[in-house]
Amino acid sequence: MNFVDVVFYLFATITLLAGVGVVVARNPVHAALFLVLAFCSGAGIWMLLEAEFLAIALILVYVGAVMVLFLFVVMMLDVNLVQLREGFWRWFPFGALLAGLMVFEMIWVLGSSQTSELSKAVAHAPDYSNTKELGRLLYTHYVYPFELAAVILLVAMVAAIALTLRRRAGVKSQNISKQVKVKKADRLRIVSMKSEPKNQ
Amino acid sequence: MEWLLPIQNLLGSAWLPIWTVVKIMLIVGPLMIGVAYLTLAERKVIGWMQSRIGPNRVGYFGLLQPLADGLKLLMKEIIIPSGSNKLLFVIAPIMVLMPALAAWAVIPFSAELVLTNVNAGLLYILAMTSLGVYGVIIAGWASNSKYAFLGCLRSAAQIVSYEIAMGFALVTVLMAAQSLNLGDIVRGQHGQYGMLNWYIIPLFPMFIVYLISGVAETNRAPFDVAEGESEIVAGFHVEYSGMGFALFFLGEYANMILIAFLTSIMFLGGWLSPVPFLPDSIVWMLAKVAFVLFLFLWFRATFPRYRYDQLMRLGWKVFIPVTLVWVVVVGAWMQTPYWLW
Repeated sequence: MNFVDVVFYLFATITLLAGVGVVVARNPVHAALFLVLAFCSGAGIWMLLEAEFLAIALILVYVGAVMVLFLFVVMMLDVNLVQLREGFWRWFPFGALLAGLMVFEMIWVLGSSQTSELSKAVAHAPDYSNTKELGRLLYTHYVYPFELAAVILLVAMVAAIALTLRRRAGVKSQNISKQVKVKKADRLRIVSMKSEPKNQ
Repeated sequence: MEWLLPIQNLLGSAWLPIWTVVKIMLIVGPLMIGVAYLTLAERKVIGWMQSRIGPNRVGYFGLLQPLADGLKLLMKEIIIPSGSNKLLFVIAPIMVLMPALAAWAVIPFSAELVLTNVNAGLLYILAMTSLGVYGVIIAGWASNSKYAFLGCLRSAAQIVSYEIAMGFALVTVLMAAQSLNLGDIVRGQHGQYGMLNWYIIPLFPMFIVYLISGVAETNRAPFDVAEGESEIVAGFHVEYSGMGFALFFLGEYANMILIAFLTSIMFLGGWLSPVPFLPDSIVWMLAKVAFVLFLFLWFRATFPRYRYDQLMRLGWKVFIPVTLVWVVVVGAWMQTPYWLW
């Protein structure tokens, strides 16, 4: 076993343990943090496969942005654990069946002789830039699927904003450009008064 | 490095890890000293701006003040609040400092002086700086305190928002340099006109956006709503004492120095000399970093704290549209013969 194998098994073990942690953690915040750990070690495995762009993008997008917002929401939720675990045994057979099916599929796909060739990293020259190659492919060969995906994401974004935007009557908000434009004369009225003698 | 060869032969295969650790020490050591003296510089500079003297009791000119502060924090008792999540409470300061130090692995100090010269250096920096927010969130949540929690929510929203503007500002830089490698970005700013070849000239609006987002990203005044003494005591680290607090402090200042280095590398030509007849060297780099750090301190002494909604408005409604427009402008500009960089 060489060094790369040791690192791989280390990352793989951490990923699996963190995945188990996500499921069994009693506290939802702990579960979210375990998910962050799983993402980080997953990125480590991708880095071993010399997919540096994917690995860093995983950290940047999922760990750096998505999970932060996730944690943000989970921390503010008042989760009732008892209520959450009520139907556990009722749904357990169904869940176990799904999990078993997924394990079977994964073994089937990853264990076959055709895919075992794909799992090895292709060796590249030291000046090979993974990012540049990916960019070149995305913007030449796959430009239409890529643009389509971008448009779909944009539509989803607009839809999400439109769904949460509620126009209620009587909402008070500041109009900042109006505030900035205010002149002294709009707010302040100087009244000149004659001073009055004390003992009148 | 010929004089190291005998040691290299003596150690054999253990040489590489040992030499790497030595190199890491050579970065982290001066960085920690830099952080210590940045705190002193901050107090001195702000003192002078406010017609005060600043620390001048410990050592000549107050030069031993950072050591005294460090020693004081080291001696203090660490109090773990009851009802807090103990493990996360202890991990949080480490989670702040870790990415702040890890990002330094790809920073080039001069043409040859860099720990690892990776092609995706800029992406790596972005990934590492985006991890720093976890320490803040975990600290706020694990403290089991309302003030800390409010501070951590504010900080999380702020960092995530300004990261987008920062990322877009860097997209224009990598468009101009056509590389993610930090060394190549500096080399792309090399030319016969010295200063005029730096990216600050074509990307000036992005320089401003990046600098201000950098201030917001490090939770510095005037964007320090995450700490906001007058509103939420000290924000996310209100429950920390002793070394826990010191680690947050170290992380914040290490991040400040990192942003200053990145600003110099991306926009101010890194180690390149501003005038063509002087040689390029690390001295220029340090001078530019010192200037950017001075700006940080200047901002703190000058501007009142932003209100939270103003801060969000500035990030989302001003900076992000400006950066998006400038990405298109730079893209179109580069297609014309008038792109000289």
